[in-house]
Amino acid sequence: MVFTIESFMDFLLSFLPAVVINHVLFMFGLVVTSAFSICMMKQMQEDVNVPLTEISNLPLMDKGNGCSFSAVTSTAIISSVIFVITLILVRVLFVIYCSSRPMSRRAQKPVSTLIILGSGGHTAEMLDLLAVLQKDRFYPRFYIAAATDNMSLQKAELLENSLAAEKGTPITNAGKFMKIYRSREVGQSYITSIWTTLVAMILCNGPGTCIPICAIAFVFKVLGIRWSSIFYVESIARVRRLSLSGLLLYKLRIADQLFVQWPRLQQQYPRAIYVGRLM
Amino acid sequence: MGDREEKEEGRRRVVFVTVGTTRFDALVSAVDSENVRKVLAAKGYTHLLIQLGRGSYLPSKSDGDDGSLAVDYFTFSSSIADYLRSASLVISHAGSGSIFETLRLCKPLVVVVNEDLMDNHQSELAEELAERKHLYCARPQNLYQTLADMDLNTLLPYTPGDATPVAKHINRFLGFPDD
Repeated sequence: MVFTIESFMDFLLSFLPAVVINHVLFMFGLVVTSAFSICMMKQMQEDVNVPLTEISNLPLMDKGNGCSFSAVTSTAIISSVIFVITLILVRVLFVIYCSSRPMSRRAQKPVSTLIILGSGGHTAEMLDLLAVLQKDRFYPRFYIAAATDNMSLQKAELLENSLAAEKGTPITNAGKFMKIYRSREVGQSYITSIWTTLVAMILCNGPGTCIPICAIAFVFKVLGIRWSSIFYVESIARVRRLSLSGLLLYKLRIADQLFVQWPRLQQQYPRAIYVGRLM
Repeated sequence: MGDREEKEEGRRRVVFVTVGTTRFDALVSAVDSENVRKVLAAKGYTHLLIQLGRGSYLPSKSDGDDGSLAVDYFTFSSSIADYLRSASLVISHAGSGSIFETLRLCKPLVVVVNEDLMDNHQSELAEELAERKHLYCARPQNLYQTLADMDLNTLLPYTPGDATPVAKHINRFLGFPDD
C-alpha cells in the first residue's frame, strides 16, 4: 500500500513547480469555499424553510420543478468538498516541496529541538550525534523516550548535566525530559505530548515511537501551525534495507532529510544522504 | 600446581562470550560443546567466560585443572566493558552495540548470528563487517568450523566512525554558517 501511495505522489510531484504560489491560494480558496457553502445553505433554508438537517432528505427531482433546491445544494456541497480536498492535496505537495529544500533564510536564532530516543543501540548512536551538535544552536532540547525505556532518558540526562556542568550554567533548563508510550502499546498519551512537537526541528533514528510524532509534526506543517524540519538517521545496523520507520519516512516524504550510514542504501534510495558510519 | 600458576599469571587468555540482553541458547550450547572447547584450548586459550543474558541453557563449569578450558558464566552485568578489555577473543551475538564496543577496543571478534530471530536484519551488519575483514561471522552450527579455520592476523582494525558529516548537513540545511 505504501508503494502505490508513493508512485501516486511521484506523479503529483511532477506538477510541483506550478504549486509554488499555492500557499496564499490555499487559505484564500478555503475561506471563499466555506463562505460560499454557508451562504448557499442559508439561502436554501430561508426559501424552503427546511432545517439544514433535512436538506438531504428532499426529493432530488420534483414534478415540474426542473432545478430543485436540493439538487443545487448537493452540487454545491459536493463541489466544495472536492475543491477543499484538492486544496489540501496541493498544500501537502507544497509542504513536501519546501521540506526537501534547505531553508532559504540564514538561521537567526537557536533552533528548538525534539530528540526521539529508542532502546539500546539507538540511544548510543543518538548520543554520538548529539555530542557533535553545537549546543548553543540547538536549544532548548526536548527528549522523548518510550515509557518502558528508563535507560535512554537517564543517559540523555547524564549528557545534559555534564554539558551544564562544563559551562557552569544552571541544570534546570538545559534539557527537558518526558516519556511517552511505545507505539505498539498505548496510543492515548500522544495527545498529551503533542505540545512537544511544536519545535523547529525533530531528530530521530529509528524506534517505532518516532513515526506517530513525525506524522503529527507533518500534519502541523500542512495546517500551518508549526514548521518542523525532520531529520532521520538510519541505524548503523541497516546495511542493505531501510527499517520500517525509515521506509515510511522516506516513501511518504515526511522526513526533510534521511541519512544512511552504508553506501548500498544510498544507491537503493537516491534521495537518502550517505554520511558514513557514526560509530 | 605449577601448571595452574602459570595459567593464572602470564598466560591467561580469556574467551569472552556475550549475548547482550537477549536469549541465545544456541550460541551458548555451541560454545559449550566438546569440540569447540577443544579447539579453543588448542589455540592457546585458557579461560572461557560466558555471559548468558536471558538464556536458560546452563553450560558446565570447569576448573580447567586437567589442561582443558576453565569455564565460568554469569547472567548480566551493568557494563561488560571490563570483560571485553580483559579478553583475548570475543564471541558475540550480532547486536550492533556489542559489535562496536568490541571493535572500538580492537579485540578479535567472532559474531554469531541468531537464526531464531524473526526479523534478522542483524545479520546484514555482521556479514558486511566480515566482508570488510573486521570480524568473523558465523552461525551456531558452523561455529566450530569458523573457530578452527580462523586466522586472527588477517583481521583489519576498525576505524571508529564520525558523526560530524550529519551535523554538517543539518547545520547547512537549517541555514547555520559553516564552522
